[in-house]
Amino acid sequence: MTDKIRFEHVTKIFKVRDTEQGKRALKEFTAVKDLNFSVKDGEFLTLVGPSGCGKSTLLDLLSGLTKPTSGRILLDGKEITGPGLDRGIVFQQYALFPWKTALGNIEFGLEAKGISKKERIELTRYYLSLVGLEGFEDRYPHELSGGMKQRVAIARSLAFNPDVLLMDEPFAALDAQTRETLQSELLRIWEKTKKTIIFITHGIDEAVYLGQRVAVMSTKPGSIKHMIDIPLDSRLNELDIRSHPEFVKARHQIWNLLHGNIYQAASI
Amino acid sequence: MSNTEKVIAVPIERRQQIHFSFHWLQKLVKQTAVIILLLLIWETVPRIGLVDAAFFPAFSDVVKSWWAMLVSGELFAHFTASIVRSLTGFILALLIAIPLGLLIGWYPLAKDLLNPILEIFRNTAALALLPVFMLLLGIGETSKIAIVLFACTWPVLLNTIAAVRNVDPLLIKSARSMNISSFKLFIKVILPASVPTIFTGIRMAGTGAILVLIAAEMVGAKEGLGYLITYSQYNFQIPEMYAGIITIALLGLLINQGLSVLERKFSKWKQPVQ
Ligand SMILES: Nc1ncnc2c1ncn2[C@@H]1O[C@H](COP(=O)(O)OP(=O)(O)OP(=O)(O)O)[C@@H](O)[C@H]1O
Ligand SMILES: [Mg+2]
Repeated sequence: MTDKIRFEHVTKIFKVRDTEQGKRALKEFTAVKDLNFSVKDGEFLTLVGPSGCGKSTLLDLLSGLTKPTSGRILLDGKEITGPGLDRGIVFQQYALFPWKTALGNIEFGLEAKGISKKERIELTRYYLSLVGLEGFEDRYPHELSGGMKQRVAIARSLAFNPDVLLMDEPFAALDAQTRETLQSELLRIWEKTKKTIIFITHGIDEAVYLGQRVAVMSTKPGSIKHMIDIPLDSRLNELDIRSHPEFVKARHQIWNLLHGNIYQAASI
Repeated sequence: MSNTEKVIAVPIERRQQIHFSFHWLQKLVKQTAVIILLLLIWETVPRIGLVDAAFFPAFSDVVKSWWAMLVSGELFAHFTASIVRSLTGFILALLIAIPLGLLIGWYPLAKDLLNPILEIFRNTAALALLPVFMLLLGIGETSKIAIVLFACTWPVLLNTIAAVRNVDPLLIKSARSMNISSFKLFIKVILPASVPTIFTGIRMAGTGAILVLIAAEMVGAKEGLGYLITYSQYNFQIPEMYAGIITIALLGLLINQGLSVLERKFSKWKQPVQ
């Protein structure tokens, strides 16, 4: 399999206020440093790490909304220079347009892609039912619960059929039941469509359950500390995947990595 | 088991219903009580001689002359004159201020260039400029429409600029991630996101329009509600004067209600504030 995405020595530095040096003074803050990894075509990569370690920053860089301070990111061998409909993003904070209904929000990306009105409606309805929201077409975001908003956001990113899905803690606001449903739904979509998925999560269980590989990030500065392969076959066929020895092993390993990181951070 | 449940359930339901209708009635009483009380005081105070009825006629006398003026068509003529002037100035202000505000809000350069001027004019009370408008444009329709236009422009302009600036960056990010052009971003995201804040400015302009127009008509005009008030006062037609004042209050109410309806229509996606 070929590399779909390649990070080459990617560093992102933000300019932040330095109050110690005066009101106008700026200092540099390294959000992520020297990221070097690649994601294969059709791979499902999950990303875990402590809060503030640069997960969302990594996703922003990949989406083309921000540019790396140094290094470059390749998508299909070409350097990413800006956003594109080949990548679909589910933001950590939903980011739905409050003046558009659920239907209108999902249509937005389809319209940007130049799909005809009739086809747009059909696709929108299909994806709404996929995330279990049929009958909620005409609701405005403020009339939806947090989890429902999140599901609309997921449907929106799926609807315009991007090659790569970038998801920033998309299931964080959901109840356990809905989360499990959507997790297996996402796996099903992934197996069917062979999309490349990069999925950020705080849940170790979720990371191991969804990812073929789990990238464990550490903080100060943000970098990928370990890549853990999860040698499990299709999760959907296994009845109790979470008690599979490989699953338990991987979860334990990641737990240790993340907690080692906390002790390390505390000792600084 | 189910029997006891029913026994318990019925009274609760009934109590809620009674409570509900009481609530509705209470609301109606609350909303009109103070107004009715004030009108009653207005009616009795001159009648029992607490104030001079020549300067402060009883409410019923005012209503009588209001009705007479309505029937004779006099009131309608003044009302029309005022509403045509205020609407013309108001609408012209919207046509100028909204596009200009969008432009200034969107282009940093435009803001840098125009900001000093805006700061000066926003802090100049429109009424202070009334003599200037009269000197330059005479006491005809032009000066009145112009002062309304002037007064309405600033709140709309400033709110429009603020609206464009304060669009949630996350929404812009979300739209940009779908690779849409700057023009589309403006039309499909900036503009709709700005509507509620722009409407706040429009509401303020609506109130301002009436205020400056009446003042302008009081100073120099041959018709209009402001003119009606001063004219009645000079000629000691005191009930007519109060009838004019009531009509202005009604006009203000009408404009405000009209704008509220429009606002609700345009921002129905907004979360209603409790
Ligand atoms: N625009 C910005 N300007 C300055 N600093 C920023 C900016 N965006 C992010 N940062 C900083 O970069 C670091 C990484 O932020 P990021 O949002 O990527 O964290 P995260 O791993 O997604 O955290 P969480 O799990 O809490 O969402 C943080 O310390 C944050 O303060
Ligand atoms: Mg984040």
